Amino acid sequence: MTADLMVRVRGLSKTFVLHHQNGARLPVLDCVDLDVQRGECVVLHGPSGAGKSTLLRSLYANYRIQHGSVEIHHAGKWVNLADAAPRELLAVRAQTVGYVSQFLRVIPRVPALELVAQPLLGAGVARRDAESRAGALLARLNVPAKLWSLPPATFSGGEQQRVNIARGFISRFPVLLLDEPTAALDSANRAVVADMIDDARREGAAIVGIFHDDEVRSRVATRLHPLAALPEAA
Amino acid sequence: MATASTSAPEFASAPLLRVNAVTRLYGERTGCRDVSFDLHQGEVLAIAGESGSGKTTLLNCIAGRSRPTAGTVEYNLRHEGLRDIYRLSEARLRLLARTDWGFVHQNPRDGLRIDVSAGANVGERLMAIGDRHYGRIRDTTEDWMHRVELDTSRIDDAPATFSGGMQQRLQIARNLVTHPRLMFMDEPTASLDVSVQARLLDLLRGLASELGLAAIVVTHDLAVARLLAHRLLIMKSGQVVESGLTDQVLDDPQHPYTQLLVSSVLQA
Ligand SMILES: Nc1ncnc2c1ncn2[C@@H]1O[C@H](COP(=O)(O)OP(=O)(O)OP(=O)(O)O)[C@@H](O)[C@H]1O
Ligand SMILES: [Mg+2]
Repeated sequence: MTADLMVRVRGLSKTFVLHHQNGARLPVLDCVDLDVQRGECVVLHGPSGAGKSTLLRSLYANYRIQHGSVEIHHAGKWVNLADAAPRELLAVRAQTVGYVSQFLRVIPRVPALELVAQPLLGAGVARRDAESRAGALLARLNVPAKLWSLPPATFSGGEQQRVNIARGFISRFPVLLLDEPTAALDSANRAVVADMIDDARREGAAIVGIFHDDEVRSRVATRLHPLAALPEAA
Repeated sequence: MATASTSAPEFASAPLLRVNAVTRLYGERTGCRDVSFDLHQGEVLAIAGESGSGKTTLLNCIAGRSRPTAGTVEYNLRHEGLRDIYRLSEARLRLLARTDWGFVHQNPRDGLRIDVSAGANVGERLMAIGDRHYGRIRDTTEDWMHRVELDTSRIDDAPATFSGGMQQRLQIARNLVTHPRLMFMDEPTASLDVSVQARLLDLLRGLASELGLAAIVVTHDLAVARLLAHRLLIMKSGQVVESGLTDQVLDDPQHPYTQLLVSSVLQA
Protein backbone atom coordinates (compact mmCIF):
# COMPACT_ATOMS: atom_id res chain seq x y z
CA MET A 1 0.00 0.00 0.00
CA THR A 2 3.02 2.33 0.24
CA ALA A 3 2.41 3.34 -3.39
CA ASP A 4 -0.74 5.03 -2.14
CA LEU A 5 0.95 6.92 0.64
CA MET A 6 0.89 10.65 -0.14
CA VAL A 7 1.68 12.42 3.13
CA ARG A 8 4.23 11.29 5.69
CA VAL A 9 4.76 13.37 8.83
CA ARG A 10 7.42 12.35 11.35
CA GLY A 11 8.26 13.95 14.68
CA LEU A 12 6.71 17.30 13.78
CA SER A 13 7.05 19.78 16.62
CA LYS A 14 6.18 23.44 16.66
CA THR A 15 6.64 26.12 19.28
CA PHE A 16 5.69 29.71 18.57
CA VAL A 17 7.97 32.33 20.07
CA LEU A 18 6.29 35.69 20.55
CA HIS A 19 9.18 38.13 20.66
CA HIS A 20 7.03 41.10 21.60
CA GLN A 21 5.23 39.34 24.45
CA ASN A 22 8.40 39.01 26.52
CA GLY A 23 9.54 36.16 24.30
CA ALA A 24 6.63 33.96 25.38
CA ARG A 25 6.95 30.39 24.13
CA LEU A 26 3.84 28.60 22.98
CA PRO A 27 4.36 24.87 22.35
CA VAL A 28 1.62 23.67 19.99
CA LEU A 29 2.74 20.46 18.30
CA ASP A 30 4.87 17.82 19.96
CA CYS A 31 6.31 15.02 17.89
CA VAL A 32 3.33 14.47 15.58
CA ASP A 33 3.39 11.44 13.26
CA LEU A 34 0.80 11.13 10.51
CA ASP A 35 0.40 9.05 7.35
CA VAL A 36 -2.27 9.81 4.77
CA GLN A 37 -3.04 7.52 1.86
CA ARG A 38 -4.96 8.10 -1.33
CA GLY A 39 -8.67 7.54 -0.78
CA GLU A 40 -8.53 8.57 2.88
CA CYS A 41 -10.10 11.55 4.58
CA VAL A 42 -8.29 12.05 7.87
CA VAL A 43 -10.03 14.50 10.17
CA LEU A 44 -7.91 16.32 12.75
CA HIS A 45 -9.79 16.23 16.00
CA GLY A 46 -9.23 18.13 19.22
CA PRO A 47 -10.28 21.15 21.25
CA SER A 48 -9.88 24.72 20.08
CA GLY A 49 -6.24 25.72 20.27
CA ALA A 50 -4.99 22.12 20.08
CA GLY A 51 -3.03 22.96 16.94
CA LYS A 52 -5.24 21.52 14.22
CA SER A 53 -4.83 24.49 11.91
CA THR A 54 -1.15 24.70 12.77
CA LEU A 55 -0.65 21.10 11.63
CA LEU A 56 -2.68 21.63 8.48
CA ARG A 57 -0.76 24.80 7.58
CA SER A 58 2.49 22.91 8.13
CA LEU A 59 1.40 20.39 5.49
CA TYR A 60 1.20 23.30 3.04
CA ALA A 61 4.52 24.82 4.17
CA ASN A 62 2.53 27.91 5.14
CA TYR A 63 3.92 27.47 8.64
CA ARG A 64 7.58 26.67 8.93
CA ILE A 65 8.63 23.22 10.00
CA GLN A 66 10.94 23.63 12.98
CA HIS A 67 11.54 20.03 14.01
CA GLY A 68 10.73 16.84 12.23
CA SER A 69 9.68 16.29 8.64
CA VAL A 70 6.66 16.68 6.42
CA GLU A 71 7.05 14.69 3.24
CA ILE A 72 4.72 14.93 0.27
CA HIS A 73 4.69 12.47 -2.61
CA HIS A 74 5.11 14.92 -5.48
CA ALA A 75 5.80 14.16 -9.15
CA GLY A 76 6.93 10.63 -8.41
CA LYS A 77 9.25 11.38 -5.51
CA TRP A 78 9.18 12.42 -1.86
CA VAL A 79 9.72 16.11 -1.11
CA ASN A 80 10.44 17.13 2.48
CA LEU A 81 8.82 20.51 3.01
CA ALA A 82 11.22 21.18 5.88
CA ASP A 83 14.20 21.64 3.59
CA ALA A 84 12.79 22.14 0.07
CA ALA A 85 13.81 25.23 -1.91
CA PRO A 86 11.14 27.90 -2.40
CA ARG A 87 10.57 26.95 -6.02
CA GLU A 88 10.09 23.30 -5.08
CA LEU A 89 7.48 24.36 -2.53
CA LEU A 90 5.73 26.40 -5.22
CA ALA A 91 5.76 23.40 -7.56
CA VAL A 92 4.29 21.18 -4.85
CA ARG A 93 1.51 23.72 -4.36
CA ALA A 94 0.88 24.12 -8.07
CA GLN A 95 0.62 20.43 -8.84
CA THR A 96 0.10 18.32 -5.74
CA VAL A 97 -1.27 20.00 -2.64
CA GLY A 98 -4.36 22.20 -2.52
CA TYR A 99 -5.42 24.16 0.55
CA VAL A 100 -8.87 25.50 1.25
CA SER A 101 -9.03 27.88 4.16
CA GLN A 102 -12.11 29.16 5.86
CA PHE A 103 -11.84 32.57 4.26
CA LEU A 104 -11.50 33.67 0.69
CA ARG A 105 -8.60 36.01 -0.02
CA VAL A 106 -10.23 38.44 -2.39
CA ILE A 107 -8.12 39.84 -5.20
CA PRO A 108 -9.24 43.32 -6.22
CA ARG A 109 -11.20 43.47 -9.48
CA VAL A 110 -11.00 39.73 -10.24
CA PRO A 111 -14.49 38.24 -10.83
CA ALA A 112 -15.61 35.06 -9.08
CA LEU A 113 -15.52 32.87 -12.19
CA GLU A 114 -11.98 34.00 -13.02
CA LEU A 115 -10.84 33.48 -9.43
CA VAL A 116 -12.11 29.89 -9.54
CA ALA A 117 -10.63 29.22 -12.99
CA GLN A 118 -7.20 30.70 -12.21
CA PRO A 119 -5.54 27.52 -10.88
CA LEU A 120 -6.41 25.71 -14.12
CA LEU A 121 -5.39 28.65 -16.31
CA GLY A 122 -2.08 28.75 -14.45
CA ALA A 123 -1.62 25.07 -15.26
CA GLY A 124 -2.08 25.82 -18.96
CA VAL A 125 -5.67 24.63 -19.41
CA ALA A 126 -7.52 26.44 -22.24
CA ARG A 127 -9.66 29.32 -21.02
CA ARG A 128 -12.92 27.86 -22.36
CA ASP A 129 -12.40 24.56 -20.56
CA ALA A 130 -11.24 26.21 -17.35
CA GLU A 131 -14.23 28.55 -17.29
CA SER A 132 -16.72 25.84 -18.04
CA ARG A 133 -15.37 23.70 -15.21
CA ALA A 134 -15.39 26.73 -12.91
CA GLY A 135 -19.00 27.42 -13.86
CA ALA A 136 -20.00 23.82 -13.21
CA LEU A 137 -18.47 23.93 -9.72
CA LEU A 138 -20.08 27.27 -8.85
CA ALA A 139 -23.43 25.92 -10.05
CA ARG A 140 -23.05 22.76 -8.00
CA LEU A 141 -22.34 24.95 -4.96
CA ASN A 142 -25.47 27.02 -5.66
CA VAL A 143 -23.63 30.28 -6.32
CA PRO A 144 -26.14 32.25 -8.44
CA ALA A 145 -24.91 32.71 -12.02
CA LYS A 146 -25.52 36.45 -11.85
CA LEU A 147 -22.68 36.70 -9.31
CA TRP A 148 -20.07 34.90 -11.41
CA SER A 149 -18.93 37.99 -13.27
CA LEU A 150 -18.57 40.09 -10.10
CA PRO A 151 -15.53 40.35 -7.81
CA PRO A 152 -16.46 38.55 -4.55
CA ALA A 153 -15.48 41.45 -2.27
CA THR A 154 -19.16 42.27 -1.73
CA PHE A 155 -20.42 38.67 -1.46
CA SER A 156 -21.84 37.24 1.77
CA GLY A 157 -19.58 35.13 3.98
CA GLY A 158 -21.19 31.91 2.77
CA GLU A 159 -20.94 32.93 -0.89
CA GLN A 160 -17.27 33.80 -0.50
CA GLN A 161 -16.65 30.49 1.19
CA ARG A 162 -18.28 28.60 -1.66
CA VAL A 163 -16.18 30.49 -4.23
CA ASN A 164 -13.15 29.51 -2.19
CA ILE A 165 -14.21 25.85 -2.15
CA ALA A 166 -14.76 25.85 -5.91
CA ARG A 167 -11.28 27.30 -6.38
CA GLY A 168 -9.79 24.67 -4.08
CA PHE A 169 -11.48 21.73 -5.78
CA ILE A 170 -11.05 22.74 -9.42
CA SER A 171 -7.55 21.31 -9.86
CA ARG A 172 -8.29 17.79 -8.53
CA PHE A 173 -5.18 17.92 -6.37
CA PRO A 174 -3.82 14.55 -5.22
CA VAL A 175 -3.59 16.00 -1.69
CA LEU A 176 -6.32 18.26 -0.38
CA LEU A 177 -6.18 20.20 2.90
CA LEU A 178 -9.44 21.61 4.23
CA ASP A 179 -9.68 23.96 7.21
CA GLU A 180 -13.33 24.23 8.21
CA PRO A 181 -14.58 24.68 4.66
CA THR A 182 -18.21 24.39 5.76
CA ALA A 183 -18.15 26.77 8.75
CA ALA A 184 -20.28 29.52 7.18
CA LEU A 185 -22.63 27.33 5.13
CA ASP A 186 -26.27 26.33 5.54
CA SER A 187 -27.12 22.64 5.77
CA ALA A 188 -27.98 22.23 2.08
CA ASN A 189 -24.61 23.62 1.02
CA ARG A 190 -22.79 21.68 3.74
CA ALA A 191 -24.23 18.54 2.18
CA VAL A 192 -22.99 19.60 -1.28
CA VAL A 193 -19.49 20.14 0.07
CA ALA A 194 -19.58 16.79 1.88
CA ASP A 195 -20.51 15.15 -1.44
CA MET A 196 -17.65 16.91 -3.19
CA ILE A 197 -15.22 15.72 -0.53
CA ASP A 198 -16.47 12.14 -0.94
CA ASP A 199 -16.14 12.38 -4.72
CA ALA A 200 -12.59 13.70 -4.52
CA ARG A 201 -11.66 10.94 -2.08
CA ARG A 202 -13.13 8.22 -4.29
CA GLU A 203 -11.20 9.62 -7.22
CA GLY A 204 -8.06 9.00 -5.16
CA ALA A 205 -7.31 12.21 -3.33
CA ALA A 206 -5.61 12.04 0.07
CA ILE A 207 -7.58 14.46 2.22
CA VAL A 208 -6.80 16.03 5.59
CA GLY A 209 -9.49 18.20 7.09
CA ILE A 210 -10.81 20.06 10.10
CA PHE A 211 -14.58 20.07 10.64
CA HIS A 212 -16.25 21.42 13.75
CA ASP A 213 -19.68 20.28 12.63
CA ASP A 214 -20.26 16.74 14.02
CA GLU A 215 -22.57 15.74 11.22
CA VAL A 216 -20.16 16.73 8.43
CA ARG A 217 -17.26 15.19 10.31
CA SER A 218 -18.86 11.79 10.76
CA ARG A 219 -20.12 11.95 7.21
CA VAL A 220 -16.73 12.59 5.49
CA ALA A 221 -14.11 11.14 7.86
CA THR A 222 -12.60 7.76 7.15
CA ARG A 223 -10.45 8.17 10.26
CA LEU A 224 -9.92 10.69 13.07
CA HIS A 225 -6.49 11.90 14.10
CA PRO A 226 -6.69 13.16 17.68
CA LEU A 227 -4.71 16.22 18.76
CA ALA A 228 -4.56 17.29 22.40
CA ALA A 229 -3.70 20.73 23.69
CA LEU A 230 -0.17 20.81 25.08
CA PRO A 231 0.57 22.01 28.59
CA GLU A 232 1.98 25.56 28.73
CA ALA A 233 5.73 25.84 28.56
CA ALA A 234 7.48 26.29 31.86
CA MET B 1 28.69 15.37 -22.84
CA ALA B 2 29.09 19.06 -23.68
CA THR B 3 26.63 19.01 -26.56
CA ALA B 4 24.15 21.81 -27.14
CA SER B 5 21.24 19.58 -26.30
CA THR B 6 22.56 18.68 -22.86
CA SER B 7 23.72 22.17 -21.99
CA ALA B 8 20.43 23.88 -22.83
CA PRO B 9 18.36 22.44 -19.99
CA GLU B 10 21.27 23.14 -17.67
CA PHE B 11 20.91 26.85 -18.44
CA ALA B 12 17.19 26.57 -17.92
CA SER B 13 17.55 25.06 -14.46
CA ALA B 14 20.24 27.55 -13.45
CA PRO B 15 18.89 30.68 -11.80
CA LEU B 16 18.17 33.75 -13.90
CA LEU B 17 19.91 35.89 -11.32
CA ARG B 18 22.36 35.11 -8.55
CA VAL B 19 23.05 37.72 -5.90
CA ASN B 20 26.05 36.74 -3.87
CA ALA B 21 27.07 38.48 -0.63
CA VAL B 22 26.31 41.95 -1.97
CA THR B 23 27.39 44.81 0.27
CA ARG B 24 27.11 48.49 -0.55
CA LEU B 25 28.65 51.02 1.80
CA TYR B 26 28.29 54.79 1.66
CA GLY B 27 31.47 55.86 3.36
CA GLU B 28 31.02 54.70 6.93
CA ARG B 29 27.32 54.05 6.53
CA THR B 30 25.84 50.75 5.39
CA GLY B 31 23.45 50.78 2.45
CA CYS B 32 23.05 47.02 2.43
CA ARG B 33 25.20 44.22 3.78
CA ASP B 34 25.89 40.65 2.76
CA VAL B 35 22.71 39.95 0.79
CA SER B 36 22.47 36.68 -1.14
CA PHE B 37 19.67 35.01 -3.06
CA ASP B 38 18.84 33.25 -6.33
CA LEU B 39 15.95 34.20 -8.57
CA HIS B 40 14.52 31.84 -11.17
CA GLN B 41 12.54 32.55 -14.30
CA GLY B 42 8.94 33.47 -13.53
CA GLU B 43 9.57 34.15 -9.85
CA VAL B 44 8.42 37.40 -8.29
CA LEU B 45 10.41 38.43 -5.23
CA ALA B 46 9.41 41.29 -2.96
CA ILE B 47 11.82 43.19 -0.74
CA ALA B 48 10.11 44.82 2.22
CA GLY B 49 11.24 46.74 5.27
CA GLU B 50 10.91 50.21 6.69
CA SER B 51 12.22 53.28 4.91
CA GLY B 52 15.97 53.54 5.17
CA SER B 53 16.41 49.78 5.54
CA GLY B 54 18.39 49.56 2.30
CA LYS B 55 15.76 48.28 -0.13
CA THR B 56 16.44 50.73 -2.95
CA THR B 57 20.20 50.52 -2.45
CA LEU B 58 20.01 46.77 -2.90
CA LEU B 59 17.73 47.10 -5.93
CA ASN B 60 20.11 49.52 -7.61
CA CYS B 61 23.06 47.19 -7.00
CA ILE B 62 21.21 44.26 -8.49
CA ALA B 63 19.96 46.25 -11.47
CA GLY B 64 23.42 47.31 -12.55
CA ARG B 65 22.93 50.92 -11.48
CA SER B 66 25.29 51.03 -8.53
CA ARG B 67 28.42 48.91 -8.17
CA PRO B 68 28.50 46.93 -4.90
CA THR B 69 31.37 47.57 -2.52
CA ALA B 70 31.70 43.79 -2.24
CA GLY B 71 29.97 40.72 -3.60
CA THR B 72 28.73 39.82 -7.07
CA VAL B 73 25.56 40.01 -9.14
CA GLU B 74 25.38 37.32 -11.81
CA TYR B 75 22.81 37.28 -14.59
CA ASN B 76 22.02 34.33 -16.84
CA LEU B 77 22.81 35.72 -20.30
CA ARG B 78 21.10 34.00 -23.20
CA HIS B 79 23.60 31.47 -24.65
CA GLU B 80 26.30 32.29 -22.10
CA GLY B 81 24.97 31.37 -18.69
CA LEU B 82 25.68 33.20 -15.45
CA ARG B 83 27.98 36.21 -15.84
CA ASP B 84 29.00 38.90 -13.36
CA ILE B 85 27.16 41.98 -14.66
CA TYR B 86 29.76 44.39 -13.32
CA ARG B 87 32.41 42.70 -15.45
CA LEU B 88 30.50 43.30 -18.66
CA SER B 89 31.45 46.29 -20.77
CA GLU B 90 29.44 49.37 -20.06
CA ALA B 91 27.81 49.22 -23.50
CA ARG B 92 26.79 45.62 -22.95
CA LEU B 93 25.31 46.35 -19.53
CA ARG B 94 23.38 49.28 -20.97
CA LEU B 95 21.99 47.09 -23.74
CA LEU B 96 20.98 44.44 -21.21
CA ALA B 97 19.18 47.05 -19.12
CA ARG B 98 17.35 48.30 -22.18
CA THR B 99 16.26 44.98 -23.61
CA ASP B 100 16.32 42.00 -21.26
CA TRP B 101 15.48 44.04 -18.15
CA GLY B 102 12.96 46.67 -17.22
CA PHE B 103 13.02 49.20 -14.40
CA VAL B 104 9.83 50.74 -13.07
CA HIS B 105 10.50 53.77 -10.89
CA GLN B 106 8.44 54.86 -7.93
CA ASN B 107 7.88 58.22 -9.55
CA PRO B 108 6.79 57.76 -13.19
CA ARG B 109 8.56 61.01 -14.04
CA ASP B 110 11.89 59.27 -13.37
CA GLY B 111 11.07 56.51 -15.84
CA LEU B 112 9.38 58.47 -18.61
CA ARG B 113 10.30 61.34 -20.86
CA ILE B 114 7.50 63.48 -19.73
CA ASP B 115 7.39 65.98 -22.61
CA VAL B 116 7.54 63.65 -25.61
CA SER B 117 4.46 61.70 -26.70
CA ALA B 118 3.25 58.55 -24.96
CA GLY B 119 3.83 56.65 -28.18
CA ALA B 120 7.42 57.85 -28.44
CA ASN B 121 8.05 56.78 -24.85
CA VAL B 122 7.12 53.22 -25.74
CA GLY B 123 8.54 53.19 -29.28
CA GLU B 124 11.88 54.51 -28.09
CA ARG B 125 12.82 51.22 -26.46
CA LEU B 126 12.07 49.40 -29.69
CA MET B 127 14.20 51.81 -31.69
CA ALA B 128 16.99 51.39 -29.17
CA ILE B 129 17.20 47.73 -30.15
CA GLY B 130 17.31 48.59 -33.82
CA ASP B 131 13.70 48.51 -34.99
CA ARG B 132 13.30 51.23 -37.64
CA HIS B 133 9.96 50.26 -39.17
CA TYR B 134 7.64 53.13 -38.24
CA GLY B 135 4.34 51.34 -38.91
CA ARG B 136 5.35 48.28 -36.97
CA ILE B 137 6.62 50.34 -34.05
CA ARG B 138 3.33 52.21 -33.92
CA ASP B 139 1.31 48.97 -34.03
CA THR B 140 3.36 47.40 -31.27
CA THR B 141 3.07 50.57 -29.21
CA GLU B 142 -0.70 50.62 -29.57
CA ASP B 143 -0.85 46.95 -28.65
CA TRP B 144 1.08 47.59 -25.42
CA MET B 145 -0.95 50.66 -24.54
CA HIS B 146 -4.00 48.47 -24.92
CA ARG B 147 -2.54 45.73 -22.74
CA VAL B 148 -1.88 48.14 -19.90
CA GLU B 149 -5.40 49.51 -20.33
CA LEU B 150 -4.45 52.90 -21.76
CA ASP B 151 -6.69 54.60 -24.29
CA THR B 152 -4.78 54.29 -27.58
CA SER B 153 -6.29 57.54 -28.82
CA ARG B 154 -3.93 59.25 -26.35
CA ILE B 155 -0.86 57.89 -28.20
CA ASP B 156 0.25 61.33 -29.39
CA ASP B 157 -0.34 63.09 -26.07
CA ALA B 158 2.54 63.83 -23.72
CA PRO B 159 2.50 61.84 -20.45
CA ALA B 160 2.64 65.19 -18.64
CA THR B 161 -1.10 65.35 -19.41
CA PHE B 162 -1.78 61.88 -17.90
CA SER B 163 -2.93 61.02 -14.39
CA GLY B 164 -0.44 59.36 -12.03
CA GLY B 165 -1.99 55.94 -12.58
CA MET B 166 -1.89 56.35 -16.37
CA GLN B 167 1.74 57.47 -16.23
CA GLN B 168 2.60 54.43 -14.16
CA ARG B 169 0.90 52.12 -16.67
CA LEU B 170 2.73 53.87 -19.52
CA GLN B 171 6.01 53.31 -17.71
CA ILE B 172 5.18 49.62 -17.49
CA ALA B 173 4.30 49.41 -21.20
CA ARG B 174 7.56 51.18 -22.05
CA ASN B 175 9.45 48.50 -20.16
CA LEU B 176 7.57 45.47 -21.39
CA VAL B 177 7.68 46.30 -25.08
CA THR B 178 11.09 44.66 -25.51
CA HIS B 179 9.91 41.45 -23.80
CA PRO B 180 12.28 41.61 -20.85
CA ARG B 181 12.85 38.52 -18.73
CA LEU B 182 13.45 40.48 -15.54
CA MET B 183 11.73 43.56 -14.15
CA PHE B 184 12.90 45.73 -11.29
CA MET B 185 10.23 47.79 -9.58
CA ASP B 186 10.74 50.36 -6.86
CA GLU B 187 7.51 50.98 -4.95
CA PRO B 188 5.47 50.80 -8.18
CA THR B 189 2.18 51.68 -6.49
CA ALA B 190 3.32 53.99 -3.70
CA SER B 191 2.58 57.23 -5.55
CA LEU B 192 -1.00 56.22 -6.41
CA ASP B 193 -4.41 56.50 -4.78
CA VAL B 194 -5.59 53.31 -3.11
CA SER B 195 -8.31 52.71 -5.73
CA VAL B 196 -5.79 53.05 -8.57
CA GLN B 197 -3.26 50.88 -6.72
CA ALA B 198 -5.54 47.85 -6.81
CA ARG B 199 -6.01 48.18 -10.54
CA LEU B 200 -2.29 48.49 -11.19
CA LEU B 201 -1.46 45.57 -8.91
CA ASP B 202 -3.97 43.38 -10.64
CA LEU B 203 -2.54 44.37 -14.01
CA LEU B 204 1.02 43.62 -12.88
CA ARG B 205 -0.02 40.28 -11.44
CA GLY B 206 -1.70 39.26 -14.67
CA LEU B 207 1.18 40.39 -16.88
CA ALA B 208 3.85 38.73 -14.74
CA SER B 209 2.16 35.33 -14.85
CA GLU B 210 1.10 35.64 -18.50
CA LEU B 211 4.58 36.60 -19.67
CA GLY B 212 6.48 34.34 -17.24
CA LEU B 213 8.38 37.41 -16.05
CA ALA B 214 10.76 37.36 -13.13
CA ALA B 215 10.56 40.48 -11.02
CA ILE B 216 12.05 42.10 -7.96
CA VAL B 217 9.64 44.50 -6.32
CA VAL B 218 10.65 46.85 -3.56
CA THR B 219 7.73 47.79 -1.37
CA HIS B 220 7.05 48.87 2.18
CA ASP B 221 3.47 47.65 1.79
CA LEU B 222 3.06 44.04 2.91
CA ALA B 223 -0.31 43.78 1.17
CA VAL B 224 1.42 44.54 -2.14
CA ALA B 225 3.94 41.80 -1.40
CA ARG B 226 1.15 39.36 -0.54
CA LEU B 227 -0.64 40.04 -3.81
CA LEU B 228 2.31 40.14 -6.19
CA ALA B 229 5.19 38.12 -4.88
CA HIS B 230 5.98 34.43 -4.54
CA ARG B 231 8.83 35.17 -2.18
CA LEU B 232 9.62 37.87 0.32
CA LEU B 233 12.81 39.26 1.87
CA ILE B 234 12.56 41.39 4.98
CA MET B 235 15.32 43.98 5.42
CA LYS B 236 16.36 45.85 8.51
CA SER B 237 19.35 48.17 8.82
CA GLY B 238 20.72 47.01 5.49
CA GLN B 239 20.51 43.30 6.20
CA VAL B 240 18.07 40.57 5.28
CA VAL B 241 16.62 39.36 8.58
CA GLU B 242 14.11 36.87 7.17
CA SER B 243 13.15 35.35 3.84
CA GLY B 244 10.82 32.67 2.52
CA LEU B 245 7.58 32.17 0.63
CA THR B 246 5.55 35.35 1.02
CA ASP B 247 2.77 33.68 2.98
CA GLN B 248 5.28 31.91 5.27
CA VAL B 249 6.97 35.16 6.18
CA LEU B 250 3.70 36.99 6.75
CA ASP B 251 1.73 34.21 8.50
CA ASP B 252 4.51 32.65 10.57
CA PRO B 253 7.08 35.42 11.08
CA GLN B 254 10.16 34.29 13.02
CA HIS B 255 12.36 37.34 13.49
CA PRO B 256 11.37 39.94 16.10
CA TYR B 257 11.46 42.67 13.46
CA THR B 258 9.21 40.73 11.08
CA GLN B 259 6.79 40.01 13.90
CA LEU B 260 6.69 43.73 14.65
CA LEU B 261 6.12 44.64 10.98
CA VAL B 262 3.36 42.09 10.54
CA SER B 263 1.59 43.02 13.75
CA SER B 264 1.73 46.74 12.97
CA VAL B 265 -0.35 46.50 9.80
CA LEU B 266 -4.09 46.10 9.86
CA GLN B 267 -4.26 43.09 7.58
CA ALA B 268 -1.86 41.95 4.92
N1 LIG C 1 1.21 32.34 13.46
C1 LIG C 1 1.07 32.14 14.78
N2 LIG C 1 1.83 32.83 15.63
C2 LIG C 1 1.72 32.64 16.95
N3 LIG C 1 0.87 31.76 17.53
C3 LIG C 1 0.08 31.03 16.72
C4 LIG C 1 0.13 31.19 15.31
N4 LIG C 1 -0.76 30.35 14.76
C5 LIG C 1 -1.35 29.68 15.79
N5 LIG C 1 -0.84 30.08 16.97
C6 LIG C 1 -1.22 29.57 18.30
O1 LIG C 1 -1.13 28.16 18.28
C7 LIG C 1 -2.20 27.57 19.04
C8 LIG C 1 -2.95 26.58 18.17
O2 LIG C 1 -3.67 27.29 17.16
P1 LIG C 1 -4.45 26.58 16.00
O3 LIG C 1 -5.04 27.65 15.16
O4 LIG C 1 -3.58 25.60 15.35
O5 LIG C 1 -5.61 25.81 16.81
P2 LIG C 1 -6.85 24.99 16.30
O6 LIG C 1 -6.76 23.62 16.89
O7 LIG C 1 -6.96 25.08 14.83
O8 LIG C 1 -8.05 25.78 17.00
P3 LIG C 1 -9.54 26.12 16.47
O9 LIG C 1 -10.30 24.86 16.64
O10 LIG C 1 -9.98 27.18 17.44
O11 LIG C 1 -9.43 26.60 15.08
C9 LIG C 1 -3.05 28.73 19.54
O12 LIG C 1 -2.67 29.02 20.86
C10 LIG C 1 -2.67 29.87 18.62
O13 LIG C 1 -2.82 31.11 19.26
MG1 LIG D 1 -8.32 26.08 13.48
